[in-house]
Amino acid sequence: MDSRRLPRTVIDPKVRLVGFFTSGDPPPARFNPNTADATAATAAAISSSSQNSDINLTGNSLSPVMIPPLRRMSPRRCDEMQMPIGSYNPSESLLGTSPSRRGINGPDFSEVATSAWLGISGSMKAAASFPGSSGEMMMVGKNGGNALVKNMDTTELAAKTVPGVTEKDGGTLTDMKNEGAGTVRHQKQMTTRAERRAIQEAQRASKAAAMMDEKDGGTRTDIKNEGAGTVRHQKQTTTKAERRAIQEAQRASKAVTMMDGKGGKSIASTGGGAPSISNQEKVLKQSQKKDGPQETGATSEKKVSRNPDKDRKKDIPQPRMQFDDKNRVEKAKRRAVVNQFEARNRVELFRHLPQYEHGPQLPYLESKFFHLDNIHPSVYKVGLKYLSGTITGGNARCQEMLLAFREAIIDYSTPPEKVLVRDLTSKIGSYVSFLIECRPLSVSMGNAIRFLKNRVAKLHHNVSESEAKSRLISDVDRFINEKIIVADQIIVQHAVTKIRDGDVLLIYGYSTVVEMILLHAHEQGKQFRVMVVDSRPKLEGKILLRKLVMKGLSCTYTHINAISYVMHEVKCVFLGASAILSNGTVFSRVGTACIAMVAHAFRVPVLICCEAYKFHERVQLDSICSNELGNPDVISNVPGKEDVNHLANWADHKNLQLLNLFYDATPSDYVSMIVTEHGMVPPTSVPVIVREYGKDQFIF
Amino acid sequence: MEPNNLPNPNPSTDHGISAYYQTRAEHHAVVTSDWLAQAQAAVTRNAAVPEVLPKIAATGGSRAAGSGKAFSVIDEFNYWRKKPDLAEAVAAIMALAAFIRSSEATTMMELEIELKKASDTLKSWDTTSISLSAGCDLFMRYVTRTSALEYEDFNAAKLRLIERGEKFGEISLKARRTIAMLGQDFVFDGSTILVHGYSRVVLEVLKLAASNRKMFRVLCTEGRPDRTGLRFSNELAQLGVPVKLLIDSAVAYTMDEVDMVFVGADGVVESGGIINMMGTYQIALVAHCMNKPVYVAAESYKFARLYPLDQKDLAPAIRPIEFGVPIPSGVEVERNARDYTPPQYLTLLFTDLGVLTPSVVSDELIQLYL
Repeated sequence: MDSRRLPRTVIDPKVRLVGFFTSGDPPPARFNPNTADATAATAAAISSSSQNSDINLTGNSLSPVMIPPLRRMSPRRCDEMQMPIGSYNPSESLLGTSPSRRGINGPDFSEVATSAWLGISGSMKAAASFPGSSGEMMMVGKNGGNALVKNMDTTELAAKTVPGVTEKDGGTLTDMKNEGAGTVRHQKQMTTRAERRAIQEAQRASKAAAMMDEKDGGTRTDIKNEGAGTVRHQKQTTTKAERRAIQEAQRASKAVTMMDGKGGKSIASTGGGAPSISNQEKVLKQSQKKDGPQETGATSEKKVSRNPDKDRKKDIPQPRMQFDDKNRVEKAKRRAVVNQFEARNRVELFRHLPQYEHGPQLPYLESKFFHLDNIHPSVYKVGLKYLSGTITGGNARCQEMLLAFREAIIDYSTPPEKVLVRDLTSKIGSYVSFLIECRPLSVSMGNAIRFLKNRVAKLHHNVSESEAKSRLISDVDRFINEKIIVADQIIVQHAVTKIRDGDVLLIYGYSTVVEMILLHAHEQGKQFRVMVVDSRPKLEGKILLRKLVMKGLSCTYTHINAISYVMHEVKCVFLGASAILSNGTVFSRVGTACIAMVAHAFRVPVLICCEAYKFHERVQLDSICSNELGNPDVISNVPGKEDVNHLANWADHKNLQLLNLFYDATPSDYVSMIVTEHGMVPPTSVPVIVREYGKDQFIF
Repeated sequence: MEPNNLPNPNPSTDHGISAYYQTRAEHHAVVTSDWLAQAQAAVTRNAAVPEVLPKIAATGGSRAAGSGKAFSVIDEFNYWRKKPDLAEAVAAIMALAAFIRSSEATTMMELEIELKKASDTLKSWDTTSISLSAGCDLFMRYVTRTSALEYEDFNAAKLRLIERGEKFGEISLKARRTIAMLGQDFVFDGSTILVHGYSRVVLEVLKLAASNRKMFRVLCTEGRPDRTGLRFSNELAQLGVPVKLLIDSAVAYTMDEVDMVFVGADGVVESGGIINMMGTYQIALVAHCMNKPVYVAAESYKFARLYPLDQKDLAPAIRPIEFGVPIPSGVEVERNARDYTPPQYLTLLFTDLGVLTPSVVSDELIQLYL
């Protein structure tokens, strides 16, 4: 699969431009060396051996940009510029020396692009509050600007304004960015901007050229990114902070290319090799001066950027974290609060899912409770409950999470110099990432978070803090009430009509709404029998069985092994769901698919009872690509029988892997009906509900 | 949703024959007085049966008067449903429109509440009719949507509702024409069509196809026990279409020479399946087995928010069945008038919304009742 995808990332510049592929793509470190070399060679051939002429060339090509009626030219130029954009990948592959860093670069740079945009499009203050981003901005501005100065060193004014002017063709996004960049630059280099820069330019150009010749030799490739490459080569032995700064610079430069590509402009790539080197060096120097603050600045800015980023691409699903992608895992680990230990014998097919040792981290986290810096205690508590498995079930988890967020919102106060909308979004984002570390989110939680973030984002900025908080709190309350509590009641009313006297109902696992249905039908005086089917290792059915028997329902308890034996007398199967996807696939406790298939074979109708907020527009065909793995130990030992311990030291056997799956996907063919608060619908109507009700669910 | 348990306020359905079925019998069937008498005799267990006839007399009166208290929406409905060529849903909507006219409510809210009550009584009067409840729901839906227009003053809104209700008959006829236009494209020259039951929409489709000089042949099932097939074949024969009559049990025998199956529907349910005259399900099954397309012609006002899981999941519409000979004592008779055909056995639905696959029905319903 990799080998099929990789050439595409190298060759097709459009894929690069779109930007989504990057995050899902395998890290460039695994590039096919042949293609990379080939492209590098061609790129080298394209770029002239002499660097100065190269710069001049690009500078000249830039010059028409300054003449106002560019608008018509821009598409053509855009086409031209796609060449360098595409071929800058080889240079990236040159950087392949440290794979982990590239892994970071790849997925994140679109994010940084937005952050750059965000930081500047906001107030100047906001931009200044993120030292990291302001550094990037300088660079952004100068990629274009420096080349211009070179060209027409007398007209400093032109140099200052041109980036803005030219970018205007490209579209508002890039436009804002470069104007912002212009201002940042303003601040930093007050008066003798142009002269100083001109001098620097000359110096650096020569320096860089020399360096290039030594280090890179003939493999010099791209006009712009080779700048980054050289910096990298240069600094191979630098400190961590420096390396980080380089990364930042690279990201920003990539971001620029991205933006430009989108807007039909490629100012940045015309910047020429030498200037971009100089820029990066400059950034480097800056960051060396203050590498502490920059690091924090960079991270905080990343969080801020996440949400609008999502907002913009809401229609395109975010790629999930793949845990077989070493680079991303490492990166995630560095940020993680919860230190999870990799399980020893991981199941090969499910390597893309987190497989951790269970148990050891809990006491440690509990002890850390009083040393929390940025996680609200109630969120922390809920996270630990997820981790320990105290709270399970889609509804309960979602409700607890929302209540914790509610607490956090009550205790929230906007820090000085910050905007509530952005700061709170980033706060929630950090809470969510903590919760994900504890246990992967369920679809219901994901939808609830999406709702909450949307509500935060929709807050008008002149709403006072207390007003905003009370609105959000009431939103959270309303979500819990409307989407969970009332929805359950309506589902019960619908589903009860399908229970008739003398029925035998089969239930599996423990679903709160199914329990409510049965109890309600019993209260109505309907005479029916319940077949409670259970499975190891959770044995959740027992809890439900106890509750039902206490209420006086007549029950039969059996394990899933006997399902084909008991199915013939069953009239109707009631099942809960963790999520329902838009192709009608039901994502539920492992074993549900088996029950549904057997029921289908026996022509027994299968009813899925599920609140509409658990619907998701994603489509999934199997239960492999997205699932959760539980503790393998619980399936290896038999509770209550200490003498049965054939799998005692299973982890020592290299060729033995235990698989404890949490969920499975039931194809829609086996589902007769889905009962939601919007009525009883066939599984084919899930996308309609997602479309029709999703709108007001998330936007209101 | 499932009106099973509701008490039926009108005693006329207590004698075992569903009002829904009576309408059908009067509209579609070869109703012979002798079998009506026979049917009546068959159900004399409940001796005291208030006849339908006095009610008709009463309706005329109440209609003429149209006064608030004396007005009965059920009588009104009964008046309308006697009219030939008027679908039951339309009759229900007409009745509700008449109710609005006679209503003395002064605010939209009040009117809505009263109307809700009226439609509930109407629905519970005949729990077996799907198109009745679908029609009521549809009209209620329209009322609640219209009343959202708050700028309008009450009288204008009321007038608009009445107008809408009274236009509904027209809309229904237009729907039938639309369906005929859509459906006749599927009839190709030299095709053999199997029809079951008497459906005005299917007849319209075939009429239009015949008038477009399409050469096709129709096989009509007999449609026991009310012999709806006889009447249908009669209509077709008058159009000059070659017709062959089959007994109901000969469906599988003749299926291999059939090109497509055309049926109407009493109701189209949320799953995309249909509820139709008894025997539709088995015909659909046989057709599915032999890979023949099954087309359903139904107006969109027959779409009902019902979701039967299986055949027994619906209130049965009881009808009389005469076997010609006395039934041996101690033998039960299945007297349900209709069955449920699940969506997987249907190919396409011809509706006034267009030619739909069964799964779209639910989408349309969701959007309608959003």
